[in-house]
Amino acid sequence: MKKAFKSPPGILLLAILALAFILPLFPLPDPLAIDVDARYAGPSAAHLLGQDEYGRDLMSRLIHAMRSAIVISGGAALLAAIIGVTIGIVAGYVRGISEALSLRVMDVILCFPPLLLAMLAATLYGAGPKTLVPVLALVFVPSFTRVAHASVMTVRGQEYVDAVKLMGASAPRIIFRTILPNIAGPLFVQFSFVVVMSVVLESGLSYLGLGVLPPEPSLGMMIGSARATFADQPWLLFAPCMALVVLVLVLNAFCDHLRHVFDPRNGSGA
Amino acid sequence: MTKARTPLLQVSNLTVGFQTGPGYRDVVRDVSFSVAGGETLAIVGESGSGKSVTSMALMQLLPRATSRITGRVEFQGTDLLTLDERRMERIRGDRISMIFQEPMTSLNPVMTIGAQIAESILMHRRIGRAQARAEALAMMDRVRIPSAAGRFDDYPHQFSGGMRQRVMIAAALACQPDLLIADEPTTALDVTIQAQVLDLIKELQAESGMGVIFITHDMGVVAEVADRTLVMYHGDVIEAGTTTQIFDAPSQTYTRALLSAVPRPGSMAGIDAPTPYPVFDIAEGRMSPPAERPDTLQADQPPLLEVKDLSKRFAIQSKLLKRVTARVHAVEGVNLTLRRGETLSIVGESGCGKSTTGKLITGLHPRDEGEVVIAGRKLDRVSAAERAHDIQMIFQDPYASLNPRLRVGEAITEPLRIHGTVPRAQEREIAAQLLDRVGLKAEMADRFPHEFSGGQRQRICVARALVMKPKVIVADEAVSALDVTMKTQVVNLMMDLQAEMGLGFLFISHDMAVVERISHRIAVMYLGQIVEIGPRAEIFGNPRHPYTRRLLSAVPVPDPARRNQRGAVPVTELKSPIRPPDYRRPAQHYTQVSPDHFILETGAESL
Repeated sequence: MKKAFKSPPGILLLAILALAFILPLFPLPDPLAIDVDARYAGPSAAHLLGQDEYGRDLMSRLIHAMRSAIVISGGAALLAAIIGVTIGIVAGYVRGISEALSLRVMDVILCFPPLLLAMLAATLYGAGPKTLVPVLALVFVPSFTRVAHASVMTVRGQEYVDAVKLMGASAPRIIFRTILPNIAGPLFVQFSFVVVMSVVLESGLSYLGLGVLPPEPSLGMMIGSARATFADQPWLLFAPCMALVVLVLVLNAFCDHLRHVFDPRNGSGA
Repeated sequence: MTKARTPLLQVSNLTVGFQTGPGYRDVVRDVSFSVAGGETLAIVGESGSGKSVTSMALMQLLPRATSRITGRVEFQGTDLLTLDERRMERIRGDRISMIFQEPMTSLNPVMTIGAQIAESILMHRRIGRAQARAEALAMMDRVRIPSAAGRFDDYPHQFSGGMRQRVMIAAALACQPDLLIADEPTTALDVTIQAQVLDLIKELQAESGMGVIFITHDMGVVAEVADRTLVMYHGDVIEAGTTTQIFDAPSQTYTRALLSAVPRPGSMAGIDAPTPYPVFDIAEGRMSPPAERPDTLQADQPPLLEVKDLSKRFAIQSKLLKRVTARVHAVEGVNLTLRRGETLSIVGESGCGKSTTGKLITGLHPRDEGEVVIAGRKLDRVSAAERAHDIQMIFQDPYASLNPRLRVGEAITEPLRIHGTVPRAQEREIAAQLLDRVGLKAEMADRFPHEFSGGQRQRICVARALVMKPKVIVADEAVSALDVTMKTQVVNLMMDLQAEMGLGFLFISHDMAVVERISHRIAVMYLGQIVEIGPRAEIFGNPRHPYTRRLLSAVPVPDPARRNQRGAVPVTELKSPIRPPDYRRPAQHYTQVSPDHFILETGAESL
């Protein structure tokens, strides 16, 4: 795992994580503090990136917004991965009725457009991070199930799985110690997609006012509110957009790199 | 069409290098040979010997950016190496054609076979579609595809392996090339099908007078087809001459090593016990005969393995209602016993049920009927964990049977970790000992499987099978994927281990050469049943069942002088054991021919 971070994408991701999680420990301006007199103020010593329409510190808001985007998307992806991969592996390994049942349920979830499903859940259970994480997770569970299931199907027929069976290994051991490591590659790729997609979906929901609740900062909400003043204050729109783009690109690059590292054929393995 | 005996292809000082880092590494060095019209040249060697690279270089199929080819390849007066890609395209498939090893992957699955044969005609000739179709049909007749007109619009998956190879040959010969390069064309085929394909290539050659370059690792096939032979080793031609010369008086130790791995009928006659292969020292050029050894069979001990009336059927269900429409009778009433120190081989062609039998005996597949008793205990009475102490398996594909994510040391000791019987600290020591025992180095334990060659991996699999100290090892085509020299080494290793530990081997194979070396007894399987079972000498010397005879007669004879003595093998497809759902197997009656030698009484239906 150490090796994964000793690479350009790893270092970039560490930099972003440090920015989002360590910087708020320093005395930054309060991201919620309103200063109406200084609305739309340009960069100054106290406010390095300037102030927004309520005079709140832009840099501080960007950093907090990125942190919540990472926490919410990462959390949602992790939750979806745990649930989805478990269902997928069991379906692929045990087969039979459990396979048919779980895959059909996933098909039903896949029938709903992700944004619609998320909006439905957010309207039913109220907006806010506490609903956002489970909702995003629910949206992305089927993709993990599908990938895990398909990968298990190819790996389970390999002779080394038969060999472990003949050694007298139990089903859980075969699943977790033999099959899981061998399907990690595609799962990491899927994880990278899902983190990125939930970053985008989260900002989309927040843009629509169904995600992070104001006044808490979120990239989507910042883009939404800067839209009105785009002609006069383009910077207020560009800054959160750029933060979003950089976050997505770095996450993508890192997950791609992770897959490379986890393949034993490239170097010494994980 | 037959041309005078001037060389069709003259290769001089061909050297091929691949780019590695800043420089080039030569994988074929200074190869020269010639092929005349109507002549067959065999290039023999193992993987990595450069035999396939040589043929790819002739055809200019190697990536031009990363390979360097020097020398001259003169084909009908032009040097192919000086031609650019466009002029080469006109020669490929038209004047020179190629057939590949794998009939399952070298045909395009989404094109009908007729279209694939017509494709090369359309590419090289200015003729219409209808005419191309007619020519393709004529070609399908020439390669003796039964009812060609009716199968023109079929897709490759509707053909068996042997028929697909015929389609490949038809496509390759569609433009009536002057030179055919056949790269291991029969390696993936069953032995009776191989005999048919070899016959076919010879007949077509006699008809058209084309030159053939036959690339193979199998000296038996060489003896069948080749006029002259080139032996390659690590990129060099080490021996060249007429096939008779090479077989009668091989000058190189390596050639002799290759030759010793093919069965000469009668070479084992008069020897009762299985005998290891002679050991070769390529570097020193010495060949030492196998050490004298007592027979490993301990006939007085109770049997290790008893199999009674073993049966397995796979249901074929209709798509919609999942009703059983037919059943594959994969294994039908198989009875076997295996004693301590004995090797019982199960031979047969693909689909005969031999691998399924192995999986039923190890418990990997649940069986439908019958009983398996290992070391006095019934298979179902023993938990999977305990069974591991009794029976282990070595698989066919050394690339698929090792977990790519485990270091080989961990892979070998994985059974110990599953059972938790040995403290972690000792694991390394045990792995080191076993690696040493199978002829690898103890410090290799920290490497991953992909860093090893096929033969080394198979040794690792042997070590892993041994760690539980089992009594029976099922070896399912364990050496089939290995090169000749690796094969002899692994077979010798298995025989040494048998002598040392009194193992019983159930050796499942289609390779009659290896089977003749290693077996005490042989069971011949056909359509899921054992049709003949008996001591090795009896099966090879006195085969009684018609299928056994057909199987043995299809094995290439490694003696160029006796080339045309084998009768033509009839064009047959392997029958499939698919039966209607209400099929009842007729009672099996075995006739005893001599002590221990039984044959199945069969009706006309089964052959």
